[in-house]
Amino acid sequence: MLERALTGSQRYYRWLMFLLVFVGMGFAAYLYQLSNGLTVTGMSRDVSWGFYIAQFTFFVGVAASAVMVVLPYYLHNVKVFGRITILGEFLAVASVTICLLFIIVDLGKPMRLMNVLLYPTPNSILFWDMIVLNGYLFLNIVIGWNVLEAERKGVHYPSWVKPLIYTSIPWAVSIHTVTAFLYAGLPGRHYWLTAIMAARFLASAFASGPSLLILLAFIVKKYSKFDPGKEAIDKLSQIVTYAMLISIFFVGLEFFTAFYSNIPSHKHALQYLFVGLEGHGKLVPFMWAFVILAIAAVALLLNPKTRNDEKTLKIACVCVFFSMWLEKGLGLVVAGFIPNPFDQVREYAPSIPELTIAFGVWATGMLVLTILYKVAVSVKEEVA
Amino acid sequence: MESNRRSFLKVSGICALGLGALPVADALAKAALPNFLANPKELAGKKWAMVVDMKKCWEKSEKGCHDCINACHVFHNVPDIGTVKEEVKWIWQEHYENTFPGQTNEFNVENIKDKPFMNLCNHCTNPPCVRVCPTKATFKRADGIVMMDYHRCIGCRFCMAGCPYGSRSFNFRDPRPYIKTELNPTFPTRERGVVEKCNFCAERLAEGLMPSCVESCKNGALAFGDLEDPKSTVRKLLASHYTIVRKPELGTGPNVYYII
Repeated sequence: MLERALTGSQRYYRWLMFLLVFVGMGFAAYLYQLSNGLTVTGMSRDVSWGFYIAQFTFFVGVAASAVMVVLPYYLHNVKVFGRITILGEFLAVASVTICLLFIIVDLGKPMRLMNVLLYPTPNSILFWDMIVLNGYLFLNIVIGWNVLEAERKGVHYPSWVKPLIYTSIPWAVSIHTVTAFLYAGLPGRHYWLTAIMAARFLASAFASGPSLLILLAFIVKKYSKFDPGKEAIDKLSQIVTYAMLISIFFVGLEFFTAFYSNIPSHKHALQYLFVGLEGHGKLVPFMWAFVILAIAAVALLLNPKTRNDEKTLKIACVCVFFSMWLEKGLGLVVAGFIPNPFDQVREYAPSIPELTIAFGVWATGMLVLTILYKVAVSVKEEVA
Repeated sequence: MESNRRSFLKVSGICALGLGALPVADALAKAALPNFLANPKELAGKKWAMVVDMKKCWEKSEKGCHDCINACHVFHNVPDIGTVKEEVKWIWQEHYENTFPGQTNEFNVENIKDKPFMNLCNHCTNPPCVRVCPTKATFKRADGIVMMDYHRCIGCRFCMAGCPYGSRSFNFRDPRPYIKTELNPTFPTRERGVVEKCNFCAERLAEGLMPSCVESCKNGALAFGDLEDPKSTVRKLLASHYTIVRKPELGTGPNVYYII
């Protein structure tokens, strides 16, 4: 089936070349980082995780695109999702690939990566995150590939795939929960030390993953003969609406607890993010952009007229995706380190090499996504 | 080479034999290992701890001196990177409100304003850094010391996120060119990409020596000893003085106490 990725229009090849340029630039920047150390990034002894880990965290959420089509289709018999489960699964594969790459580029000693397997340490949440993420990658690639191959041959997929499909549903919950536990169990990082962290991760994942999936479905529809179907997109947009409302509600809960209790250490990170703390407020404009995008998204999604209109739905999905990106892929990780354990504000901003590497990782993910989608769409076109 | 079922079985039989014999080889190798004798002068303890008497620390000068910092950093080949961003430190000074955030009021801060407080790894009884490390590169010894294996650390910096005391430093760049003092060949230098911190001078205790910070303090402001030993200096100091620890509410059980 993979050979379908090798033949395509000129536009397809141009797009691949475009991505490869960014992959190459990212790789070059990574070699630079590898020979000089993480000193080339904006990270410091105070903000010791930055853009990489924040991106990792956000893209774990995007991987929820799979479960949000697989669960309704297999457990609730929502037939309209049958056509697009493959798109959800392959988006999850690309997202998890991005996650794993961001972890690797963040390591000080990447050549020792296998120490995590050589000295397995169950008391470390990172150990479990490695298991759930790799497991989810494996499940989605195996399920997606086999179901697609069966579809091409016009037969039912092999029976051993079914248990894997059912496993993938709770497994999807585990990737968000375990990733949230990376943060939610650390003493002294007050912004992260919240019992609803895993719930927040699930809610924002169910908003950002399906919103990107809707946008991709529109792109697929535009550039190929495969139509994911209006009903599927309608259903997905309802899921995004609920998930987005719950996400915003959860962020609001954090505000209530911090400010009504009036405990300074609980307020600090939120103050830093939204109004600035002790004269430092690099992230303030970004967080207000999050607020505006989130409100715009909700306004467009709640109104059935704008939700069902293709043009406004696209805008709403862009708003959802970028608002969640700002909240999770920027604010959440950095603000956990501010103020530092000495109650001082030491700010963080990513460096140029750091951003170049991040662009490279995104481009690699998009390359994986393009190739997988090309295969899937080619098969769908053949079968149709 | 012609391959058939017979030769395949032969080869796999030999392989299986070899694999089966592995435990035997391991057992033999174990028996042949030399038994190491501990240095008879070694200082042994069950739960090492430190008591910092800040009044003694300030006796000589209001600003405190840097004897302990210098002794430690020279002994452990700690680099002087020269930036706040990438600073590597094992023992250092902070103000009261930075050392004990949340335990301040405007009046006590006024009394001890600008006075330095010594900060170092607390060698916690329940260390979060050890809990989060995915490779056991940071671990707790039976005597309570929280140690680092610089050769196993993958540089994920989870321990830095886990430590509520900011006691861990990461080598963002190759630290070796930044060791500005004379190199101590008895202690390893570190590589780029690993985390490091105070180790309560485990290597000195093994030779019967006190930690270098304790030894270097002319005022005797730093006391080191075994909490499990009722006759130890630290136990006597704790029994006779009111002491505080950093962030006790987090349940980490810090083992560095302060007399203020």
